[in-house]
Amino acid sequence: MSGWLLRRVGQAALVVLAMTVIVFVGLHAVGNPVDILIGDDLNQQERLQAIARLGLDQPLWRQYLAFVDGALHGSLGRSFVYQEDAFHLILQRLPATLELAVSALLLAVLIGVPLGLVAGMWPEHPLSKALMAGSIVGFSLPAFWVALMLIMVFSVQLGWLPASGRGATREWLGVAWSWLTLDGLQHLLLPAVNLALFKISLVLRLTRAGVREVLPQDFVKFARAKGLSPTRVLVWHVLRNTLIPLVTVLGLELGSTIAYAVVTESIFAWPGAGKLILDSINSLDRPVVVAYLMVVVLIFVTLNLLVDVLYKLLDPRVRLEGAA
Amino acid sequence: MSLIPSQAAAKPAARPLREHSIWWRMAADFARSRMALAGLLLLVAVLLVALVAPWITPQNPYDLMQLDVLDARLPPGSPQGSGQYTYWLGTDGQGRDLYSAIVYGLRISLLVGVGSAAVAAVVGTLMGLLAAYAGGRIDALIMRLVDLLLSFPTLLMALMILAWTGKGVGNVVLTLVLLEWAYYARTARGQALVEARRDYVEAARGLGLPDWRILLGHILPNCLPPLLVIGALQVARAITLEATLSFLGLGVPITEPSLGLLISNGYQYLLSNEYWISVFPGLALLATIVAINLVGDQLRDVLNPRLMK
Amino acid sequence: MASHISTDAGNITLEVRDLHTRFHTREGVLPVVDGVSFTLRRGQVLGLVGESGSGKSVTGFSIMGLIDPPGRVESGQLLFQGRELRTLSPRERRSLQGDRMAMIFQDPMATLNPVLDIATQMIEAVQAHRRVSRAQARQLARDTLASMGIPSPDERLDAYPHQLSGGMRQRVAIAIALLHGPDLIIADEPTTALDVTLQAQILSEVQALVRERGTALIWISHDLSVVAGLADQIAVMYAGRIVEHGTVDQVLDHPQHPYTQGLIGSLPSANQRGTRLRQISGMAPSLLDMPAGCAFAPRCPRASATCQQARPEISLPRPEAPDHAVRCHHPGAAPAASLSAEVAA
Repeated sequence: MSGWLLRRVGQAALVVLAMTVIVFVGLHAVGNPVDILIGDDLNQQERLQAIARLGLDQPLWRQYLAFVDGALHGSLGRSFVYQEDAFHLILQRLPATLELAVSALLLAVLIGVPLGLVAGMWPEHPLSKALMAGSIVGFSLPAFWVALMLIMVFSVQLGWLPASGRGATREWLGVAWSWLTLDGLQHLLLPAVNLALFKISLVLRLTRAGVREVLPQDFVKFARAKGLSPTRVLVWHVLRNTLIPLVTVLGLELGSTIAYAVVTESIFAWPGAGKLILDSINSLDRPVVVAYLMVVVLIFVTLNLLVDVLYKLLDPRVRLEGAA
Repeated sequence: MSLIPSQAAAKPAARPLREHSIWWRMAADFARSRMALAGLLLLVAVLLVALVAPWITPQNPYDLMQLDVLDARLPPGSPQGSGQYTYWLGTDGQGRDLYSAIVYGLRISLLVGVGSAAVAAVVGTLMGLLAAYAGGRIDALIMRLVDLLLSFPTLLMALMILAWTGKGVGNVVLTLVLLEWAYYARTARGQALVEARRDYVEAARGLGLPDWRILLGHILPNCLPPLLVIGALQVARAITLEATLSFLGLGVPITEPSLGLLISNGYQYLLSNEYWISVFPGLALLATIVAINLVGDQLRDVLNPRLMK
Repeated sequence: MASHISTDAGNITLEVRDLHTRFHTREGVLPVVDGVSFTLRRGQVLGLVGESGSGKSVTGFSIMGLIDPPGRVESGQLLFQGRELRTLSPRERRSLQGDRMAMIFQDPMATLNPVLDIATQMIEAVQAHRRVSRAQARQLARDTLASMGIPSPDERLDAYPHQLSGGMRQRVAIAIALLHGPDLIIADEPTTALDVTLQAQILSEVQALVRERGTALIWISHDLSVVAGLADQIAVMYAGRIVEHGTVDQVLDHPQHPYTQGLIGSLPSANQRGTRLRQISGMAPSLLDMPAGCAFAPRCPRASATCQQARPEISLPRPEAPDHAVRCHHPGAAPAASLSAEVAA
């Protein structure tokens, strides 16, 4: 197991390395890196100084090493707009995005799994058919439009929930979280629901497919033959076997949720990393864009790794290679 | 109640065997789902509307001359300034007739969605077939690229690409193609590898047919079913993606708004209860995507068991 | 709830009367079990024999209460120790399942949940019927495994199904069936998935267990030879109905029904070395398209006009053997020459 783990970590590191090369080459291929990293509103002399300071007059491989070196020390440039280190800027905003993404995923599981279970166990029931039809609508809905509708109904018309912004926060483990306050939860609800909508449909369909695959198998019938209560059969045999592959998909979905939070954050003015990247793209704050790219790559590679490990832990057939 | 009474003489066959082609049977299977049929109908309706746009709309919303900014933000049902027609769905912030804007916007959405999916399909399939055929290093390289592309979320990558290239319909299509070809490539390669082992390929080889001929003429047609399914679902994704990008201001130009941009424009008026500017284009978008997904979903159910045979 | 108490209730474990189980599919209603009756006493072994599709497995599931839609037990009586099973509430049924009556399935790999270890699967079976602690349940599981002669039971308990060999898995399944010392065990082709030597071993093990505990056993099989050494009674099923039923000696030595004769005749042991193996020609009828008369008539060497028009009823053709029942218009010992139809060239 540890041999495999080492190999996986090695693979992950390689991918990150590859991405740094791609980003670096991208910076050079697409535009003048001077413009990208420094900005256009310096005069000639200041430009020359900046170029020298950033080592942009050095040969390419030297620059690349300097780039990596800077990256390892957590510095990928200074934001034009905020005049702070880009990397730190993103790290500051990340908790808000994580809050949103995790809440959305939680909602998706809490709603999607039971509904998927129902749809899988009684597929001919009109409720199940309605759920399946609903799930198609669910993942067809354009997220940004739903956000607008949610705001329209719950904020403008009914006035129950706030239309934008993040609520009051409280510290935990050195980070400010908003789900620890009531005001924070009120602000969190609409954006989380918005982000969760697509996921709920996905989880519902996946759970249903899983249940339909597991239910007719002999071991379920055998469990009933043993006289086990229906609850036990459901939870320990049907659900458990369905959820193992589901969990791994969800892990990967976390990464995708973090990415798609961009849209939700933009509409709800949620101060997360997603809103930051959008603003930065629009205001041409390229160092932030580069830093964001690297952070996302890191998150994805880590998530992939964790998911692989998780799957190994959960499924004994995979874990214990080499049967008697 | 119990046994089906059968006379010794009469011999009822369960279903008469028909000499119909596989396409007919597929169509019959498809038609078994009423939802899918409804989706298909809706899709056809949408396509027709987009096709005959100039003839069914009172106004060309992209012609700035035809707009009257004094008519901006009128609620649904208001008459046009000079009384020539009614704004059935109201007007947007620039005075565009929303109904016309939606119909023309549908055009753009469909064009971008179908266009990018089609190009991506061609490119992706060729790449997949190439990978399957060449094997070895080329195969590994292409598949690594595919894995990389598919493991990161499309929206983010689209944002990155558009950040470098700038906005515009062409750039959006380019971005979509760059990101979507990977889906086709992976499926085409997988399917091609399976097909290559089949007997008919051996037979064709034995006949002395050149490899490219076997690849394109024999293997490719058998790879089509799953590619078709992917294609349908990809169109929906492409349309949604374009709408999202336009909404974020990174897509089509503001003078020729697609549905996404229309929705975006209407955002600011939501708080003053002028809902129609965002709601109606959204409904049109939703209807289109739902229709495509219904069709694609049923296609997948219909085509998959066939693959198992 | 009127439960029919039979006269020597104490001794009869299971009484099945005119059981009908039907499957309502899109193509039609399938009478999979079409009027099956038999009686099983304490410690007796019934061999239920038939080809696939004859309804033997579904009979077993019907008794256990494991028939799912689109199937349904539609009529008949299932008297377990005098109680009518069909009128029990689901909870009462469940308290019997695994405790007083147990079932062993065909493929042990599919029977055991692959992601749970053996201990969990055995402990849950114990705790479903007894209020004991985990440790006590585990002890019972361990003892049961040991009593079956399984070496190092603790290791087996901590293992996962895929880590055990096929024979060991089946032994675990049998152990689970024995945990509460049931009065009835239904074994559905338990050795079909195993190789021949293993088969013989498990057969003798099961035989010993049954003798020891007085458990009634229904052994379902398509293979007459497997059942021959083990069973007290044999019931031969064809197209959902029992066509011949009697003690093992009666049925094997004096078969009355042409189908049974065909089965016996096609056993390799019954054939001379070097001669072509005899088979019963034709195929079992589709349940959707049953012939009007006797279901076996199309394949029967003795079929007459009566056979094609009227379904045969149960008869007792041998006065010296009052327990030997046959469902045939022309029962009787086969003429030596035509024990079964030769396979057409």
